[in-house]
Amino acid sequence: MSIDAAPGIVAITLVTLATLAIGTWGLKVSRTTSDFFVASRTVNPRLNASAIGGEYLSAASFLGVAGLLLTFGADMLWYPVGWTAGYLVLLVLVAAPLRRSGAYTLPDFAEARLGSSTVRTVCSVMVVLIGWLYLLPQFQGAGLTLASAVGAPTWVGPVIVGLVVLTNVTSGGMRSITFVQAFQYWLKLTALLVPAAVLLIVWAGDGSPRSIATGDGWSVPLASGGGQGLYLTYSLILATFLGTMGLPHVVVRFYTNPDGRAARRTTLVVLVLLGAFYVIPPVYAALGRIYAPDLAEAGRSDVLVLELPRLMLDGPGGDVLTGLVVAGAFAAFLSTSSGLAIAVAGVLSQDLVGRTGAGSRLDGVLSFRLAAVVAVLVPCSVALTGPDVAVAKTVGLAFAVAASTFCPLLLLGIWWRGLTDLGALAGLVVGGVGSGTAATLTLIGPASVVGSGWLSVLCEQPAAWSAPLAVAAMVGVSRATRRRVPAHTTRFLVRLHTPEGVPLDRG
Amino acid sequence: MSEPPARVRVTGPPRRRTPLRRTADIDAETRLGEVYLGSLLREQLWLALRVLAVLVAMIGMLPLLFHLAPGLAAVEVLGLPVAWLVLGVLVYPFLAVLGMVYVRRAEANERDFADLMDEVDPGTAPR
Repeated sequence: MSIDAAPGIVAITLVTLATLAIGTWGLKVSRTTSDFFVASRTVNPRLNASAIGGEYLSAASFLGVAGLLLTFGADMLWYPVGWTAGYLVLLVLVAAPLRRSGAYTLPDFAEARLGSSTVRTVCSVMVVLIGWLYLLPQFQGAGLTLASAVGAPTWVGPVIVGLVVLTNVTSGGMRSITFVQAFQYWLKLTALLVPAAVLLIVWAGDGSPRSIATGDGWSVPLASGGGQGLYLTYSLILATFLGTMGLPHVVVRFYTNPDGRAARRTTLVVLVLLGAFYVIPPVYAALGRIYAPDLAEAGRSDVLVLELPRLMLDGPGGDVLTGLVVAGAFAAFLSTSSGLAIAVAGVLSQDLVGRTGAGSRLDGVLSFRLAAVVAVLVPCSVALTGPDVAVAKTVGLAFAVAASTFCPLLLLGIWWRGLTDLGALAGLVVGGVGSGTAATLTLIGPASVVGSGWLSVLCEQPAAWSAPLAVAAMVGVSRATRRRVPAHTTRFLVRLHTPEGVPLDRG
Repeated sequence: MSEPPARVRVTGPPRRRTPLRRTADIDAETRLGEVYLGSLLREQLWLALRVLAVLVAMIGMLPLLFHLAPGLAAVEVLGLPVAWLVLGVLVYPFLAVLGMVYVRRAEANERDFADLMDEVDPGTAPR
């Protein structure tokens, strides 16, 4: 290992130690099953919003966005815009009712709304699958980052991230994770903002040079290819705007708010925090276009954020900034993986592991710990042994699957009285199979099947057809099975929509 | 020494019948209760759809705009290509303001509903 590796090793060690320390401190204040699952609902909006931001800003945001922007230009701006606007859609349609439903997970919501354990089971399976689809690129990205930053073999990253996440999740549960995630949001913001500011000063000191490359479509916010490009862009917009509300680790966070009003305010703060973060990656992309144009050509644009400081600044200054961005990237892997592991473990422990126990308090904590091990081990071992898949692509497909399954379920469940259990099942199956098949074909399908025409375009961004199909199936089948509308529907809508202060029977 | 007299709570005769609260209509799922709940739902859904309509009109139209007018990509404002300025910077304060307006109005709708539930119907009110 060369001397170049020193800042990266120091940064990773510090982040790991800080994460474990905050997690252990959390252990001292979290004692009950409720603490484990939902921090006993005592988290205030600003802390909760920082935690949501910390959890949500994954490696795809910290490293991927700047790299994609460098390679493809302005049409990739739709990723951060969509990831933020998704929270606005969530705020206006879902935030307060979801909190008031009292559901901890999406399967809880489905069962409470429709009174069907079959729908619950289908939802549980989908949560675990979407969670693993999202966890896999986090582990693989950690491997790539450590390889680039300190020259470690690619298996080191997944193992370290897996161990730290497991230690934190199993020791403190949701309460300690809330502090860890909030810390990691501010760490990530600092780690991206400070180097960007310094590098901008360096750029100004160089006489503000401009990129020599022009007229290559870098400033067009559209995928190339005419009609196909327009479809890809709009389908991506739909997937990110609607998919956010269906991500398992996002939904779990809402239960930790004290009431519906706090849920709305938390979401609003999240909007501001995400906006503050996402204005920075374009700075790296623009500077990278001037100082590191060869990274994109070499297909290594994902390491742009990690390598730009040393390319622009020699000596200890570059080393310190490199250490900072490595710390931020590592925090991104840890926080998103922890959030997803908690969400998947919550569903696993309630629906699979928990059913074998007697349901006492100790059993609750024990089964949560067991489930966390399963939730982390499966994607971790796939990352270690399986084929490499593109980080941003996999994350994008997870959004598309969420937009085609849980988004219609939440929207219709919250706003439409006519939803029935069979209708929900039909929509989940149609949307899940449709978008899931497209995702599988895109990730591991043979090129001969997909080709490069409209079929490949439709598979690459399935949300624009699979989400409307799922809604149509839910509405159509619900209409046909009108007699199965649950008897408690009105009572449940009272619970979802009326402010908590009004004394009403909420079932 | 005699025992001190037991404490007696002094109350007046009930001045009014307990008025029938509007919440009772919702709890009993009467047709009137459905109207009350339906009005809250409609208000909130309308508000959400209006916010989303603004979002689609301002942000969602951009790809179509650049598709139809490719010359826009070369336009620069403040030294930045217009697409980068709008989608890289301006969109975030816009989303935050939109969210803020929504939260304020949604809370106002809920206050109106709570006030409506607190009022007593003239027909059942005491004289």
